[in-house]
Amino acid sequence: MELFTWINDYLLKMNWLKSGIEAIVSMSGLDPAGNVGASLTFFIYDTIKIFILLSVLIFMVSYIQSYFPPERTRRILGRFKGIGANMLAALLGTITPFCSCSSIPLFIGFTSAGLSIGMTFSFLISSPLVDLASVLLLVSIFNGKIALAYVLVGLLLAVTGGTILSKLKMDDQIEEFVFQTVLSMLTEEKLTTKERISFSSMQVKEIFRKVWPYVLIGVGIGALIHNWIPESWILALLGQDKWYSVPLATLIGIPMYADIFGTLPIAEALVAKGVGIGTVLSFMMAVTALSVPSIVMLKNVIKPKLLTVFVVYVTLGIMLIGFILNAFGSLLV
Amino acid sequence: MNIKILGSGCPNCHRLEANVKEAANHLGIDAEFEKVTDMKAIVAYGVMRTPALVIDGKVVSSGRVLSVGEAEKIIG
Repeated sequence: MELFTWINDYLLKMNWLKSGIEAIVSMSGLDPAGNVGASLTFFIYDTIKIFILLSVLIFMVSYIQSYFPPERTRRILGRFKGIGANMLAALLGTITPFCSCSSIPLFIGFTSAGLSIGMTFSFLISSPLVDLASVLLLVSIFNGKIALAYVLVGLLLAVTGGTILSKLKMDDQIEEFVFQTVLSMLTEEKLTTKERISFSSMQVKEIFRKVWPYVLIGVGIGALIHNWIPESWILALLGQDKWYSVPLATLIGIPMYADIFGTLPIAEALVAKGVGIGTVLSFMMAVTALSVPSIVMLKNVIKPKLLTVFVVYVTLGIMLIGFILNAFGSLLV
Repeated sequence: MNIKILGSGCPNCHRLEANVKEAANHLGIDAEFEKVTDMKAIVAYGVMRTPALVIDGKVVSSGRVLSVGEAEKIIG
């Protein structure tokens, strides 16, 4: 347990970094406890912390993920059916690397291999939602219990979604050409260690390039919330006792195309101000699970009816999770 | 040599194309370059992750942006 606490405090929370930055800030003449000083400290500390964690975590996670390319996932999943299959698909979704621009080829690849719609959707829901790097980041910013809760509800949402969608028997809602696509089984590329390292470093660079503005904006907003925006305003909109806080948080999050790393500092600041953990997690899930680009992509392979059911299900599911987690919030924080 | 880059236009695909072209230049190989963005065509190669690299009809890499060095090894 001692080791775990040490890892948590030194590597994930980086308390030493915060103290260091506070020292530097006070050397420059600002009081680190005052509004300006605290915002500056928070901004610098959180940005550096997130960038370091981002680089290390993405590298490690990509390395693991290089062992689970979609071709392998598809081959493993091909042997299963039913709810168990959906659960496995959701689990594999969390470790299979995949950017939203690959969602169509992936969808087609899975479907043409005979994987049921349920499995494919379980995978599509869990993949962007639950991802190793962001889970570890959740431990850093909140704690292990919250991270675990996030993973469990994310997987639950994915498995239930896949099951519901398959029960609705909407196979006719998939564009014809998907089934007509001849399945060509690519041999899985066996990567050497050097190639895995190259892949992982490339992933770090790529994701960094995509994500750094969102992190800065997120940390900026987090700093504003911590020190400048009055608590009463925040609670008026998002307080736990307000029934509309969860739906509001969810609906704001859906159209946003930001990376989860950018939402974390905002989430952290909101919770510090008393916003319910359920509300905050709903926001984060809404941002990651659904995004305008991925819905636009999916439109090419599934017809409007199924697409609408998918979006509505994920939205309502996230809201439900938000309400439940708010109710159990005291157990988690 | 016929080189195709499969991808729907996201930045990774452009980077792969740039790196492969540079690799071909270094090696002095005069290749015919083609960018495939049509989903149906991409999927017909059995590719599930873009960007992907196809050389003379055979998929040699999928799902990652090859560095110039890696591209040189594959083309050469």
